[in-house]
Amino acid sequence: MMLYLRLFFEFFKTGLFAVGGGMATLPFLYDISDKTGWFSHAQLADMIAVSESTPGPIGVNMATYVGFTTGGVPGALVATLGLVTPSVIVILIIARVLQSFRQNKYVDAAFYGLRPCSVGLIAAAGILVVRIALFRFDLFSRTGRLLDVFNFKAIVLAAALIVLTRWVKTTKGLHPILFILASAAVGIAFRF
Amino acid sequence: MKKLLQLFVAFARVGVMTFGGGYAMIPMLEREVVEKRGWSSSEEIMDYYAVGQCTPGVIAVNTATFVGYSQAGVPGGIFATLGIIFPSLVIICVIAGILTNFADIPAVKSAFAGVRVCVCVLIFNAVAKLWKGAIKDKAALLLCLVVFVLSVFLDLSPVVYVVFCAAAGILFTQLGVRGK
Repeated sequence: MMLYLRLFFEFFKTGLFAVGGGMATLPFLYDISDKTGWFSHAQLADMIAVSESTPGPIGVNMATYVGFTTGGVPGALVATLGLVTPSVIVILIIARVLQSFRQNKYVDAAFYGLRPCSVGLIAAAGILVVRIALFRFDLFSRTGRLLDVFNFKAIVLAAALIVLTRWVKTTKGLHPILFILASAAVGIAFRF
Repeated sequence: MKKLLQLFVAFARVGVMTFGGGYAMIPMLEREVVEKRGWSSSEEIMDYYAVGQCTPGVIAVNTATFVGYSQAGVPGGIFATLGIIFPSLVIICVIAGILTNFADIPAVKSAFAGVRVCVCVLIFNAVAKLWKGAIKDKAALLLCLVVFVLSVFLDLSPVVYVVFCAAAGILFTQLGVRGK
């Protein structure tokens, strides 16, 4: 019972402070992972991939996945309800005063500060994924060989994906799920 | 009661048909809410969306709550929200349950090692996209860098940065630093 209360509280906090959509919940999920040990950073990276590849908003999918991993089906339900409860309360309040809210100069000024904050927090969470996906600090600490720090196969794949998702005209508009599936295939074929 | 059920079903359909949330949801919302049901106009949807982006929480959920509330008050807001989270709950629980059983197979491990590389790139792309709308002057750039560096090296809750940056945004605007 305590677990479910804690789960609800952690996701309530995430829903209340994550501004800017699904990816903005990421820094909070890493924070939960560090504080509680319910799931590892590597598991979280896998959850992001699954959440991107399945229907539904990413933020909701990630909350459901984390909740399921932590406390089964009831955990999934509790975490997801925790995430959406602050949204529902805040929106129901704002819906009555929609126009004046959008035009309020303090609200506008606060969001001028909040947008760069979201970018910085998401980028920092990205660094955590980069650490486990592109580097092998555990191997390096065992062997002490500097070259072992880099996961070369992964770095080549990352470079290829950046080119394909950002610069190549025919592939850059494709859905992320295709890149995720292709990466899974490359991972199996080249024994990542 | 019939209206509440309609809201639930309409938003469950939006949930099933949207991959990724955010802007990906707009075409589905247009079809279900504007064209098929006439619950809101396209302009209203864009307004809800704009507010949904600058209020806490997942944008898709915020928009669902708005439309539901406009149609059937507080219960409408709640039913629309339950509708949009329902498909995620079912689908993710099934997939998570299956994956947990296969997680130790070497091929599955290799697949996810490859997928994690892709996740890095997807996050990088998300940051690049958000960057354009968020970093419009030097003060915003400074805030973003400070948050990034501190959160890489310190073990603080993200809540601290969010509260600090909202205050800094108001302060910078008052001081006239904004836009320079």
